Amino acid sequence: MPLRDELRHAWVVARKDLLVEYRSRTAIVSAVAFVILVLLVFNFSRDPTAVSSIDLAPSVLWVTLAFAATLALNRAFQLELENQALDGLLLAPVGRGAIYLGKLVANLLFVGLIELLGVPLLALFFNVPILPYAGPLAGIIALATVGFVSVGTLFSAMTVRTRVAELLLAVLLMPFMVPPLWWAALATSRLLGGRPLSEITGWLKMLAAYDIVFVFLALLLFPATVNE
Amino acid sequence: MRMLRVGRWITAIGLLLLAGVYIRALVFTPVERLQGLAQKIFYVHVPAAIWAESAMIFVGLASVFYLFLKDPRLDRFAEASAEVGSVFAAIVLTTGPIWGKPIWGTWWTWDARLTLTLFLFLLYVGYQLLRGAIAEPGARARFAAVLGICGMVLVPFIHFSVYMFRTLHPMPIVLKPSTPSLPGSMLVTWLLSVGVFTLLYVGFVTQRYALSYLREQVEVIGDVGRGTGDR
Repeated sequence: MPLRDELRHAWVVARKDLLVEYRSRTAIVSAVAFVILVLLVFNFSRDPTAVSSIDLAPSVLWVTLAFAATLALNRAFQLELENQALDGLLLAPVGRGAIYLGKLVANLLFVGLIELLGVPLLALFFNVPILPYAGPLAGIIALATVGFVSVGTLFSAMTVRTRVAELLLAVLLMPFMVPPLWWAALATSRLLGGRPLSEITGWLKMLAAYDIVFVFLALLLFPATVNE
Repeated sequence: MRMLRVGRWITAIGLLLLAGVYIRALVFTPVERLQGLAQKIFYVHVPAAIWAESAMIFVGLASVFYLFLKDPRLDRFAEASAEVGSVFAAIVLTTGPIWGKPIWGTWWTWDARLTLTLFLFLLYVGYQLLRGAIAEPGARARFAAVLGICGMVLVPFIHFSVYMFRTLHPMPIVLKPSTPSLPGSMLVTWLLSVGVFTLLYVGFVTQRYALSYLREQVEVIGDVGRGTGDR
């Protein structure tokens, strides 16, 4: 199938998922509420006289995003469980790669929206000046997000078929989430600490390498998770 | 079953030789000047670490071939290798802190290599949990293969990270581009230990392989479900 058709099909799949989400808005509202609650938990589980918020901000940011994303990722394939919608999707004349890409794009936009709302809330609650670093910070977040969402989308196609889907996805995904999260958290703390950008390019390159490797790997492996 | 017996014999010989290696390590190999007796754990720790990581590579390779060939033997091997790998990872994670306490003064530090060995262990745990959660054998094998391949690809990233960050962990002494920097007798003991651990890996995997074959036969007969006839 030509690449253009593949991409068009992927967008159709993504659009369908986003439309379902747009009409109900339950997942995004609960995800954002969850982000606010995690931020609250963080605020009340630290001693403000002992740890300054700027030191804590990168870890708060990445833990919050990691938890919110893990909870959100199951949604993509859970949508397809009812009425055996997945079978219908697989019977449709679109490639497996297009289905994966579509799910990935939908997940990325969904997680991206959570991040778009979550990061300003973090800045607000923890009094972190993010505006001067908005560009590079968005870059770090985008690179890290593509990495773990690509793996998470692949894994969620497998875990939704088990009884303990949410928990199992978290257990499987965390080891894969940690390297990008780690690099991203280190880069974030350098960035917010006002260090020059050249100090974080190494981590950005690692994140980019991780993204490229795992997006391609997931594209190759996805058919094995849905084919009988 | 013949294979199970062979596996048991290899394991028994391996364990016996392990005792031999330790006699050599304790009696006939010099004591390291700075670390003293604590260094003796190196003869278990490093070979176990080598096999904990290699087992993941084997899981990944078997998984790649499984997805192409759909041969159930490859799937059984991957399962066995993952189980054995998790045992070796557990050995690494136990012996490491025992060495770390006298040398570093702490049982655990969030050092790059320790952290990532822990994640390798959790990867194995996840792999086995996924296998346990899927009842249908075909889907179980395919899903496990997908996870196994991803795990194998993650290992180089882990390795690269280790060199990127400053760490407390000793840098490799034997497996490095330049020549090994340790006395010959220590190197010989260490090489013997690597040999013994290889034998143990083979023995363990053979047994687990035979066991999962037997379990499949039982599943085919259908008397005992996976839930009850397990492990």
